[in-house]
Formats: sequence, structure tokens, C-alpha cells
Amino acid sequence: MPLTLETLKVNPIDCTGHGVCAELLPELVSLDEWGYPIVDPRPVPPQLDREARRAVAACPALALKLMRK
Amino acid sequence: MTTTTVNETASAGAARQAPVLPRLLPAAPEDLRHHLARYGPTPYRGQAGQLISDIETSGLTGRGGAAFPVYRKLAIVARARGRKVVVANGAESEPASRKDELLLRAAPNLVLDGLQLAAEATGATEAHLYTHYGPTPEILRALAERAAASLDMVDVTITRAPPRFLAGQESALVNRLGGGPALPTFQPPRVTERGLGGAPTLVQNVETLAHIALIARYGPRWFRAVGTSAEPGSMLTTVYQPDGRCRVVETEIGAPLRTLLSSGPETRAWLVGGYHGTWLPVPQAAALTLEALTLDNGTLKKYGAAAGAGVLAALPSDRCGLTEAARVVGYLAAESAGQCGPCLNGLPRIAAGLAELAGPGHRRQTRADVERWAGLVEGRGACNHPDGTVRFVRSALLVFAPEISLHARGQCSATNRRPFLPLPDGFPTSEEDWT
Repeated sequence: MPLTLETLKVNPIDCTGHGVCAELLPELVSLDEWGYPIVDPRPVPPQLDREARRAVAACPALALKLMRK
Repeated sequence: MTTTTVNETASAGAARQAPVLPRLLPAAPEDLRHHLARYGPTPYRGQAGQLISDIETSGLTGRGGAAFPVYRKLAIVARARGRKVVVANGAESEPASRKDELLLRAAPNLVLDGLQLAAEATGATEAHLYTHYGPTPEILRALAERAAASLDMVDVTITRAPPRFLAGQESALVNRLGGGPALPTFQPPRVTERGLGGAPTLVQNVETLAHIALIARYGPRWFRAVGTSAEPGSMLTTVYQPDGRCRVVETEIGAPLRTLLSSGPETRAWLVGGYHGTWLPVPQAAALTLEALTLDNGTLKKYGAAAGAGVLAALPSDRCGLTEAARVVGYLAAESAGQCGPCLNGLPRIAAGLAELAGPGHRRQTRADVERWAGLVEGRGACNHPDGTVRFVRSALLVFAPEISLHARGQCSATNRRPFLPLPDGFPTSEEDWT
């Protein structure tokens, strides 16, 4: 499996703080005191690739993205 | 506060001679006849892309605040195909800045030359001028005179910027020109890739365009004759002195700050870079770094500061810096576009916390709360408003720490309660003022 060089990015305008990402991917996403996600800026490790894609797909605001560096 | 916005050192240059400082500001506003006598006609190169390597060699950076290398934006738009747009940004939405307004009044033809040259260099067929004041008589006259002289290759459309702090932010500007509210959008894509109506769009500050107009005439070597090697050229600054005078001064980049700002006992602190800028303690600066503290980002960075759009203020010693900072942060919080959760939630809390610190007595945890909220909003906005606000807040907490202790005991060192730093009339503005 090729090493992924994608990182998680939040579009802060689209994000409405549902918090689904932090539930599905607590390894890389935490919530601030107002319920908005703080994402790990490092590349997504391969073993979390599938969970990261699931979190991206599950975002109700379509605000979470995987972006290539 | 009196605002004179005059240029003290202007001298009339001989016709067609490359100007020494000031380069941009004539002694009195110049119409097209005077402009042509001094500079000659717009020096078109006859081909797109021709000017860009000169701009690269010149080292010109954007004068709207971000100091981005100008040639890079030019090159990106020049490389793109299809319809392209250039915009002269004179929104000057920083309430303490007056330099773009003065430049547009005194030397509108330099700005318009630069806009036409940028259009030629990028191959743009659409040009806009976006200003806080909309179509002023000086601008309309300059455009009419240029049309009569057939100087312009591309027609210029004027749009008024709404009176909001973020109105001049690139993506907000593009949204406003497109007929929407002047709200920032999430980037990428950058406006140089996809801007107005989807077209690659070059947005340059009006002062930057005026520098382009001069580099096109006198060349990069002339441009680099002043300034530092890393940051060449001159820049316009808006300078507030402790006596309340406000002046627009064109200065060499790298000039010692004490030659621009009062540093005597009448001065409590310096604010460098405007309301997204940094407070610096003057007594400390006097002891350690007065000579070394110069107006260039390479130096200012060591002090956590940046020149920004050139707003410099010397806060008088009879005022309370904490109170001033709290006023400004209240304004900055109200100017959040409210689009991004961290900014929407964090800035009003930070502002309320600072207001509490600036009042008599405060809760034990308030300062730590403000610092935590500052950390939470930083780097989490679609635009740089949270980051700029945090820079201002953190430097205020640091520089005015003794004042915070005084206020905690119900005291204040100010003997004059009149506000010093300018905020817009009618602040806070209403929800509908984004267009």
C-alpha cells in the first residue's frame, strides 16, 4: 500500500460543528470548547486512511477534506 | 485627533528625472498634464509578460500588508489562459490607514498607469478599481483625462468597498466585485487561479501598482537604490504621533523606527503594523534596540512584528494602552465575518476578556482565558483575521502587563481618557453593511 501524503483539512466556513469527525476519528480530530474540530496537521498515517475517508464522507456539512500536500 | 495627511518632505522633481524620495507622493495633487510632464506616457511594453522579470529583479512586494512578492502573482495570472482580470485594491479597510486615500488623491495617474501595465503584463482584458470612497472627483477626472488622451488599453470599472475591516481581503474583494457581500471565502483556490467570475484575478494594492508604474519607467536598479537588499524600495506609512497628529510619510524600507515615531517620555508604547499588528514597549526599545529597530519585516520579525500596511502609532504616555487595546479588539471582534466557528466564538470572548482586564478589578482566570482563546482561534480561520487579531492581543497582554496589575487593584496610569487610536464612525456597524 503506498504511503499516503494526504492531510485532513477543515473548511472553517462550511464547518458547523456537528462533531461527527471527532467521533469517527478521535485519533486525529478533537473538538474545541465551542464544538469545532481541531485536526492533526500531520499526514494521515496509512493505518487510519480508511477511518479518515469515512469521517470525510460522513461530515454533514461536507467541510472535512483530505488534501494532498 | 487632527488628521492632516500631508507629505512633509515632498519636493518638485525635474521633469522626466528619476525621483528620489518621495517617489510616489507629489507636493500637490497632480492632474494628467502634470503627470505626463513629470513621467511621460504609460510605458507599455507591447507584449504580455514583458514587465514581469523587471518586477522580479526589483524585489517589489505587495504594499497592502501581506508583503507577498508581486512578480509571483503577476506570473501566475500571466500564465493562465482565457479571460483574466486585474484589480487595483484601494479599499484601505484598516481604519487607521490613510495612505491609499492620499495616494489616490495626489497621484491617481501613477496608480492607473500601474493598473494598465499590470493588465498588459498579465494579458487581462478587464480592470477594476476598488476603493473605500468609490468614484471620487479626482479618480473620475483622471479616468476622463486618460480616456481623452487614449492612454488606457483596458476600461476601468470603479466599485465602492463597504466600510468593513475585511472588505479589502482578496477573496472578499472578489466576492464584492461579483455582486455579493464582501465576505472572505476559503482558499484554495486562490483568486489568482479562480477569481472574479472564475477568471484568474490579479489583486494588487494601489500603492503596489504605483511602484510598478515607476519600476516600468526607471527600472529595477533604480527601485533598489533605497530600502534593504531583502526588501527594496520605499513604502507609504501612516504615522500617529503622541500629540495626535497623523501624517502619511513615504519612507525607505529599513528606516529606523525612531526617525518616524516619537520615542521620548511623551510616548508610552509603539504600535507597528496597525490593528493586526504588534505593540512594542518603547522604554525597553530605547534601552536595547532603538537603533536596531527598523521598518523592515526581516528585523521586525525578531520582535514578533511586521510592517503590514504601514500604520505606525506612538501612544502618548497619558493614555492607558490596555484601554486602547481593548477598544480596538472590541472593534476587531465586531468585524469578524462570523463565518468560521473559532473566530465567531473566540473573538467576542477575547474582546470581553480584554474589556474586563481594562476595567477595575478582574476575575483571577480572565487573563489565562484570553490567552487560551487566542491559541484556539489562531490558524483556524478562512482568512487571517483571527491570526492578526491574536498578534495584536498577545502583544498587548505582554506590553501592558504592568497596567493589567494596576487595573486589578482598581487603578489606571492614564490621566487622559480620550480615545487615541481611530475607529470608524458609526462602529459597531450593522449586519447589512457588507455590500
